[in-house]
Amino acid sequence: MKEIMLGNKAFARGLYEAGAEVVSSYPGTPSTEVTEEAAKFPEIYCEWAPNEKVAMETAFGASLAGKRSFCGMKHVGLNVAADPLFTISYTGVNAGMIICVADDPAMHSSQNEQDSRHYAIASKVPMLEPADSSESLEFTKLAYELSEQYDTPVIIKMCTRIAHSQSIVNTGERVVPPAKPYEKNIAKYVMMPGNAIKRHPIVEQRTLDLTEYAEKTPLNRIEEGKDNSIGIITSSTCYQYTKEALGDKYPVLKLGMVNPLPVEKIKSFARTVGKVVVIEELDPVIENHCKAIGIEVKGKELFSIMGEFSQSVVAKALGEPEKEGCTAIDKLPVRPPVMCAGCPHRGLFYTLSKNKLNVLGDIGCYTLGAVAPLSAVDMTLCMGASISSLHGFNKALGSEGEKNTVCVIGDSTFMHSGMTGLANVAYNQSNSTVIILDNSITGMTGHQQNPTTGFDIHGDPAGKIDLEALCHAMGFNRVAVVDPYDLAETERVIKEELATDEPSVIISRRPCALLKYVKHKPSLHVDTDKCKSCRACMKIGCPAISFKNNKAHVDNTLCVGCGVCQQLCKFDALLDKEGK
Amino acid sequence: MNNTTNVMIVGVGGQGSLLASKLLGHVVMAKGYDVKVSEVHGMSQRGGSVVTYVRFGDKVYSPVIDKGEADYIISFEVLEAARYLPFLKKDGRIIVNSQEIDPMPVITGAADYPERLLDKMTELGIEVSAMDALALANEAGSPKAANIALMGRFSKFFDDITEDEWLKSIEACVPPKFLELNKKAFYLGRNS
Ligand SMILES: Cc1ncc(C[n+]2csc(CCOP(=O)(O)OP(=O)(O)O)c2C)c(N)n1
Ligand code: SF4
Ligand code: SF4
Repeated sequence: MKEIMLGNKAFARGLYEAGAEVVSSYPGTPSTEVTEEAAKFPEIYCEWAPNEKVAMETAFGASLAGKRSFCGMKHVGLNVAADPLFTISYTGVNAGMIICVADDPAMHSSQNEQDSRHYAIASKVPMLEPADSSESLEFTKLAYELSEQYDTPVIIKMCTRIAHSQSIVNTGERVVPPAKPYEKNIAKYVMMPGNAIKRHPIVEQRTLDLTEYAEKTPLNRIEEGKDNSIGIITSSTCYQYTKEALGDKYPVLKLGMVNPLPVEKIKSFARTVGKVVVIEELDPVIENHCKAIGIEVKGKELFSIMGEFSQSVVAKALGEPEKEGCTAIDKLPVRPPVMCAGCPHRGLFYTLSKNKLNVLGDIGCYTLGAVAPLSAVDMTLCMGASISSLHGFNKALGSEGEKNTVCVIGDSTFMHSGMTGLANVAYNQSNSTVIILDNSITGMTGHQQNPTTGFDIHGDPAGKIDLEALCHAMGFNRVAVVDPYDLAETERVIKEELATDEPSVIISRRPCALLKYVKHKPSLHVDTDKCKSCRACMKIGCPAISFKNNKAHVDNTLCVGCGVCQQLCKFDALLDKEGK
Repeated sequence: MNNTTNVMIVGVGGQGSLLASKLLGHVVMAKGYDVKVSEVHGMSQRGGSVVTYVRFGDKVYSPVIDKGEADYIISFEVLEAARYLPFLKKDGRIIVNSQEIDPMPVITGAADYPERLLDKMTELGIEVSAMDALALANEAGSPKAANIALMGRFSKFFDDITEDEWLKSIEACVPPKFLELNKKAFYLGRNS
């Protein structure tokens, strides 16, 4: 059937049609919807794992057991899962195993712009790269065959513009291949030196075999052009930009398999054209390969190593005319993302900012605590880094740091990689004050369940990890719970825990304001006679409050009546429905 | 270089642009066009400026729209319409909800919300269709249907897609619970 589908949904459709049976992933934009869409098929077991390493090992276990499996993650997730990846490359698989990694050039929702192709090369695992939804579906089906035929996990690399673009696909039926019974095979699966050393040559031979495959496969295809003075080698979105900008002006070698790259195919393509131009986002991976096999190419001389491209980027680099749009209106204010009205994180960050504390942050909606007017966060690095960095900070500065430094970490991030940092605090005893922002969901990536919420990927009841009990079990005597809507109590507890001379955990607990089960109060309104225009309520950066005619104004379509702003108004000008 | 129509749907994260682009994507696919829709998920959805690209024609390659390529900008908010002007073709058209939403720099007092933006756009010679989509949506029964009211207005510019075809696509894209509401909002927009 012909349907218009998001790239990620088409990927999930491919998993379904190829008979995938076990999916374990950790959310991360732009990869999340592959798993969310797969979870809509009752035939596939799907779960959110606590992190990407766990997800990949779960998928490996399922493959070992003989079922086609999958795990998905964003580019930085592959850093976390790199450890199993490099050795699954050695063991190979039983039933097919696919790993989705989604890059984010231009960093729409990411902390860096790393290029995942390096991982495929370094781990010697084949990587396919679809260029639209239809290829996302087809490549997924093919990847399982390659995985089983070549005894290797296969990585499918997505990027924001493929993952989050809809285009037309043709769907087919689900075909589940016969199960591959689990067989004990110590030499293949127990990677101790004596066995691994025998697996390594198998891996090298596999790369040679796959290179031969890359020479013949229609995944890497040549499209004729009218003018052979230039030949273009490209893949993924860059292929689309090239075709959009140039049509069939120049011949194009479109690569659907980006690791291993073909050698002879590139050489023979180069022989038929004048100059070879490589168009690829981020790092010069294809370009360096061409240079290594002795082909002269132009790549990063013409194109940036940073950000996303587009049809006009390609057109400009190849000397085509540029298009001109309407005149811009100058000096428009920017509109950065903000925490939602009624976000439970806001009261906590207001308190931290008011007390001028050093705040080592982490990744989630609460990273937005770094944005004006709160400007409360001093550092964010990668998931889990808040707690471990706080420990290091305090070890370096002793009581100088301990008395005015805290870290903040979300519930999902704490489960992902915060627990090990906390174990270090407990074990090596820094007098750290760790704040867990428990909003009972993985907010930033679009509200996924996690091990602390008590629900699984389908929203059905599941195991629930008790944060207080966990902290106590690690040896923390001081575990406090506060409601971040209560500013006075939150401040009192934070001050108290900073002052004690033993490590403590503060759980700031209140569900995310966007969760369906959260009941909101009616909007507040401003008594303009009482409002003295002091702007105290503006210090929390709630998007529902603005200043109109020099008086505070509450937008009743946004306000959820959380009452945090009321606690800042000395003149009782912010009133609820009852006028209180 | 081809007959592709380029539509940008812009607004503030959370305003419902995903449903608008889904509807447009659906209706043009049903019409037999090739189509690509590029959406924004994740970080930018937290109240930031969001842009969705819808492109359709005989054969669409790129999922994105570049400067000077948009035939239409459908905007859920006035400032956001102004922000993407350089993307609009010189003879392009803007369909804009007249709602103004303060961005954080305006809220904190670091910037002012620009005045007379609709007039300024018209003075630049751009065809601007401004409408109070929120009022129409409220009339239909919920402020959440402002997106569909706006699409109703936009639908008037496509002679080759009939009202019936739009309605079929609304049925396909909207949960049954909200169907009547959205149909009503669509009509109100289309007849505004
Ligand atoms: C290694 C890694 N995996 C995934 C992500 C994507 N990501 C960013 S924040 C986040 C989780 C946020 O959840 P939580 O810590 O509960 O905070 P909230 O957003 O709910 O405030 C995820 C999964 C990432 N940045 N890095
Ligand atoms: S989604 Fe939830 S946690 Fe994230 S900013 Fe909004 S209210 Fe806060
Ligand atoms: S009560 Fe105040 S702080 Fe809370 S959402 Fe409404 S305006 Fe914002």
